[in-house]
Amino acid sequence: MTKEGVMKTIDYSLYYGDFKALNGITVNIPINRITAIIGPSGCGKSSLIRSFNRMNDLMSNSRTEGTILVDGEDIYSQDVVRLRKKVGMVFQRPNPFPKSIFANVAYGPRIHGIRDKSKLAAIVENSIRDAALWDEVKDDLGKSAFSLSGGQQQRLCIARALAVEPEVILMDEPASALDPVATLKIEELMEKLKRKYTIVIVTHNMQQAARVSDFTAFLLTDSERAGNLIEFGPTIEMFTNPVDNRTEDYISGRFG
Amino acid sequence: MIQRKIKQNLAFSAMWLSCGLTVLIMLFVIGYVIIKGFGQIDLEFFLTPPRGGLSGEGGISSTIVATVYLVITTLVFATPLGVSAGIFLVEYADNIKSRFVQKLVVFARFGVETLAGVPSIIFGLFGYALFVTSLHFGFSILSAALAGTCLVIPVIIRTTEEALKAVPNSYREASLAMGAGKWETIWKVVLPSAITGISTGIVLSAGRIVSETAIFYVTLGGSYRTPTSLMSSGRTMALHVYYLAMETRAFDKALATAAVLVLLIVLLNLVINIVSRWLSA
Repeated sequence: MTKEGVMKTIDYSLYYGDFKALNGITVNIPINRITAIIGPSGCGKSSLIRSFNRMNDLMSNSRTEGTILVDGEDIYSQDVVRLRKKVGMVFQRPNPFPKSIFANVAYGPRIHGIRDKSKLAAIVENSIRDAALWDEVKDDLGKSAFSLSGGQQQRLCIARALAVEPEVILMDEPASALDPVATLKIEELMEKLKRKYTIVIVTHNMQQAARVSDFTAFLLTDSERAGNLIEFGPTIEMFTNPVDNRTEDYISGRFG
Repeated sequence: MIQRKIKQNLAFSAMWLSCGLTVLIMLFVIGYVIIKGFGQIDLEFFLTPPRGGLSGEGGISSTIVATVYLVITTLVFATPLGVSAGIFLVEYADNIKSRFVQKLVVFARFGVETLAGVPSIIFGLFGYALFVTSLHFGFSILSAALAGTCLVIPVIIRTTEEALKAVPNSYREASLAMGAGKWETIWKVVLPSAITGISTGIVLSAGRIVSETAIFYVTLGGSYRTPTSLMSSGRTMALHVYYLAMETRAFDKALATAAVLVLLIVLLNLVINIVSRWLSA
């Protein structure tokens, strides 16, 4: 049913110190599709999405069991710089650097060694175009990124992530800090981006998951407060005919 | 209801009064020094060295040179050390799991706190014992700058730490998530965002060197000649004020030097303001 994904987890568990945050997650992220991770607060959605590009490494007390494969290779046996170049991330709150719009998007290519000015300019333009922001900022590339609105800043952050030509884009509640109009723009953008990229999105908002995603993973905490994967499947099936009762309860708004 | 209003008015009046009094005292001190001292100040005062001896005649040229020389030398030593230590403490120290290093870090933090509160003459005595005598640097710019480094390093470390902590973690995450290394992230994202705070600490340190006396009394010597090398003795303007006031009859010259000193400090504070406004714009 699903094509072999660029990313998959096999019996993956994550600990922060003694606390088990994720318990034996096995999931296959389909290529060039949008996969939503949903579940109530504290179920490990963010922990899971931050596992794919090893952002959990930043927590000094984190520890993992099991495997995550990206392009068929264990993420802990590949260079973290290469991994993060392949697996880009967009965060919950827009977090542009206090630099110009241009410098924000050029940051990634620059650290990966691109010095040529015309090449950089081309990458910046393409990335901003792909993030559907070009027409709004093309005359202001030298302006501070902080002069943009929240929604524009978030699209700039998407452009910044695109500039290093990732295969996967992880989005951790990318619209939760935005107003409905800006949210809509991000959602339309995701629809466009999935032609070229594999997208994983964490969302609190079930309508959003239903609107944008092709596949959905539903996480729930067990009695030890560790996140478990309850159900994974095509979004339409999951929202119309969930296999697990708990999925149905959550989706119909009975808890969460 | 009315009572609460009266209480509020009383409180505000008291605050206004204290505030006004503070400003008044400050204006009085600065005003006194400047008005009394200004009569002595002319171009010649800036361009001639003190003549020495009991008369206290002459200008302050050599003391200006010594002050500038000492400030620059001290900052050349203290800035890289202090900023690096601040970076280490904020960005790296907590990620090192070794127990031994952790203990060392706790000790270093405690050390910085303590050093910041040590009276400057203690650094002077230390400098005298180590640099002037044991290492045979003598009374010199070098000895004074090394002692001065000990004095201002806590200031630089602390302001650097504060500046780095004020940089939102989301900047670091965004950079790391793009495949930047830790050092790249610090160098290209964190430091540029913290530069205002860090440079404030450096300018503050310059002010400290300009205004301290005791520590340099025992490390810089007191030669009124213009220092020509790192090994020259000298006297800073603050030290010169002390010598004039205590060892000569030229109290007016002491006030004149003090006036220049006060203006210099005001200027440094302006620089801090302008730099931080310019950098955060």
